[in-house]
Amino acid sequence: MSAPHGGTTVALAEHKSQTESRLERVSRSMTNALIPVVGAFVIGGLLLAVLGRNPFAFYGNVIDHGLIGSLGRQETLIRMAPLLLIAAGLMIAFPAGIWNLGTDGQYVMGGVIVAALGPELAPHVSGFVLFTTLFIVGFVVAAIWSLIPAILKAWYGINEIISTLMLTFIGLRFSAFLVKEYFYDRETTVPQTRVLAVADRLPRMFSSRVHIGLIVGLVAVIAVHFVMRNTAFGLRLRIVGINPKAAIHAGINMKVLTLAIFTLSAGFAGLAAAINITGVDGVVRAEWNPAIGLLVVPLVFLARFHAASVIAFIAAFAVFQVGGESASRKADIPNFMVLFMVGLLLIFMALGEYMQLRSSRKHQS
Amino acid sequence: MVLASEITPTVELIGITKAYPGVVANSDIHLTLLPGEVHSLLGENGAGKSTLIGILSGMVQPDAGEIRIEGKTVHIHSPRDALERGIGTVYQHSLLVPTLTVLDNLLLGVDQGWKLGREMAMARLHELATLLDVEIDPSSIVGDLALGQRQQVEIVRALWRGEGVLILDEPTSMLTPQGAEKLVQVVRRLVSKGLAVVFITHKLNEALDLGDRVTVLRRGKIVGEVTPDELRNKSRIQVTDEVLKMIFGEKSDASQGTSATQISDTAGETFRVAHVSVKGDGPHPVLDEVSFALKRGEILGIAGIDGNGQKELAEVLAGQRRVDNGEIILEGLSIQHLSIAARQAKGVRYVTDDRHGEGTVGPLSVALNVVLKRVGEAPFWRWSFVRHGAIREFARKLINDHDVRTPHEEVAISTLSGGNMQKVILARELALEPRVVVYNKPTYGLDARTTAIVLARIADQARSGVTTVFISTELSEIVAICHRVAVMYRGQLSEPISVRPGIELQLGALMTGSTAV
Repeated sequence: MSAPHGGTTVALAEHKSQTESRLERVSRSMTNALIPVVGAFVIGGLLLAVLGRNPFAFYGNVIDHGLIGSLGRQETLIRMAPLLLIAAGLMIAFPAGIWNLGTDGQYVMGGVIVAALGPELAPHVSGFVLFTTLFIVGFVVAAIWSLIPAILKAWYGINEIISTLMLTFIGLRFSAFLVKEYFYDRETTVPQTRVLAVADRLPRMFSSRVHIGLIVGLVAVIAVHFVMRNTAFGLRLRIVGINPKAAIHAGINMKVLTLAIFTLSAGFAGLAAAINITGVDGVVRAEWNPAIGLLVVPLVFLARFHAASVIAFIAAFAVFQVGGESASRKADIPNFMVLFMVGLLLIFMALGEYMQLRSSRKHQS
Repeated sequence: MVLASEITPTVELIGITKAYPGVVANSDIHLTLLPGEVHSLLGENGAGKSTLIGILSGMVQPDAGEIRIEGKTVHIHSPRDALERGIGTVYQHSLLVPTLTVLDNLLLGVDQGWKLGREMAMARLHELATLLDVEIDPSSIVGDLALGQRQQVEIVRALWRGEGVLILDEPTSMLTPQGAEKLVQVVRRLVSKGLAVVFITHKLNEALDLGDRVTVLRRGKIVGEVTPDELRNKSRIQVTDEVLKMIFGEKSDASQGTSATQISDTAGETFRVAHVSVKGDGPHPVLDEVSFALKRGEILGIAGIDGNGQKELAEVLAGQRRVDNGEIILEGLSIQHLSIAARQAKGVRYVTDDRHGEGTVGPLSVALNVVLKRVGEAPFWRWSFVRHGAIREFARKLINDHDVRTPHEEVAISTLSGGNMQKVILARELALEPRVVVYNKPTYGLDARTTAIVLARIADQARSGVTTVFISTELSEIVAICHRVAVMYRGQLSEPISVRPGIELQLGALMTGSTAV
């Protein structure tokens, strides 16, 4: 589990190496990020060839339906919004060495409350107030939900990798229970919340289907990037991430900081859910589990917590997800191809990290 | 008496050179190890001692030069190869597994397939224990042994496959005066049996006390030698002076301590620790009713063997560890419930012994490490936003004041040497009105010159009115700069006594818990 620390070191090292120019650094980090992507595409292509499909046609279809086609492009931009917000939260937690792997549960918990509250509030308040309230509610509910692993970690030193992952399962069951028991819409037969009227959804941009959630996501990622690099809070998180013992020694209040990291990181996941519900879904069904949080994890690492790279990788991922769905249908293979590629990406990333470590060790000795 | 030239040397190094990128660690080294002789290798950190041991023990391959054993040219391929040839090394840091028994530790190094051969090992252990004239219980757990005993096991391990050369790397750094005395006996016995012993140290007195011959290394080269005849015939002061010149070049004043100035009787008490106790995991408390009181500008030395509660005491004073009982009073105010940051703001500073582990954040710049304990504070941050200019300016001033050798303030602190890193930590803790400073082994791992600078800085600060708690395992340092000294033993602190010449033996007795003196 050394990846977040290593990543921090590379992405956030402030001192400029004397021998390495800025250009060299940028090109090196580009190569570091691109090699896993290229590797994943090559191996994925080989698999397609073995299955008797033309990999070039498949990847062509991915680009065609995810990026070039107008409908596909809009869908891509819409899908980016929640991914960006979850990424913003992880960009806070990971550099601080906190493994919040429970964003899926936090997302669903925030989403359920927002979906239940939205249709109740909508008749009484205007658009701006409605959205702001729902955004805050989504953020706060997810943040409160994350207090469980946060307190376990801060006071009892309980490993958050396990607790956050496990709490996702509990969160999913609990939200299903809430929908079936309290929030269900009495006018439908399926267990789901009341639907937020289309007229009460988030405003759209450029006379397309793309809603303003995309802007919120982009702003969040850029703001987190800026805060992590330029504020005392960001520096504290980085110190904790690189060397927790030094953080204690320096007098940083670890309990308070741990709570802050969990609640902020989870809050962004809750906000992501609020935006997707007010922007696209308008409703939550029992057993709802979009499970997008864990998919963002490798992307954030691949981007080494840098805003521009995070946005680029999430855009590429969304293209692949949207385009991959139709390409898979056309090639008559299961849609798991996208997940398979993400898996390959992870393996190549780990390999790249290892190679880099080895070459830097060689360099030192 | 036999002339050296008539004996076949156990090991001869001829023209050994080893270069690493950017530094020649060993340059044309000629060294002769004779049977029945203790050869002291003396030099500052970075003088090339470690590389030379590495070459002898097979860990490092030389770029050029020749090694002869008993007159025959050999290549030492690996540490195992060295052991087979009778060259054993006892490293500064123990290689023993603390949870295993002595015998199992010794068996770990023996490759005999599935069979462990305990009987043979018992016999060999007995043989070597007799050679060393020590008692070693093969069934005791290594972790339960005193450090001196552990070292004896290390020596047995080093000689396991053959007794030719024993290399001891800074062997006294962990020992009490009594433990060191026993080591001297063991070494004397080994050379009387015809072994050659290499004794590596950066402490001049030890090198002269223990060595029959002293070789001085500086910057990878041999810069001088004191022969057995010279050691016998010249006065100690004369030899010391010559060797100091070899180590440091012509400027030989670096080893001089800074003696403490008198504290006036009228100076008021500023810092009091009263009956402080901290519970441990086991049945014994980590700190047991620790009490002392200090006047303004006073330096209290805390001596003791590592692991008797010194680190815990330092952490309690700094606020990194909770007090279960007792009180800490700074200028009349109780501070034991204050956070680390609050104590820091009141002028309580802690120079940790763990430079890499907690004292610095390696990948961050020197400048950021200088303000590590002031994150978010003005003038370095304003409205929580970082002001790089203010931080750099402050860092440059401290780097200048404390003579930190660094290309500039923006390099990662992990690229600095231990001594410069320590200077940065000192600069940070002593900046901006310190009142009480707790030092935990502030010279650990530093060379003689930096040690002297650090000690002088501590004494200077005390003269300017900083109350000081100085934790050290080096009695000579305590005697050099402290006004009073107390000894930690199993969590208890002895009554502080005034420092006077010749106090070392009394302290040594307290350090080992023996009451007779």
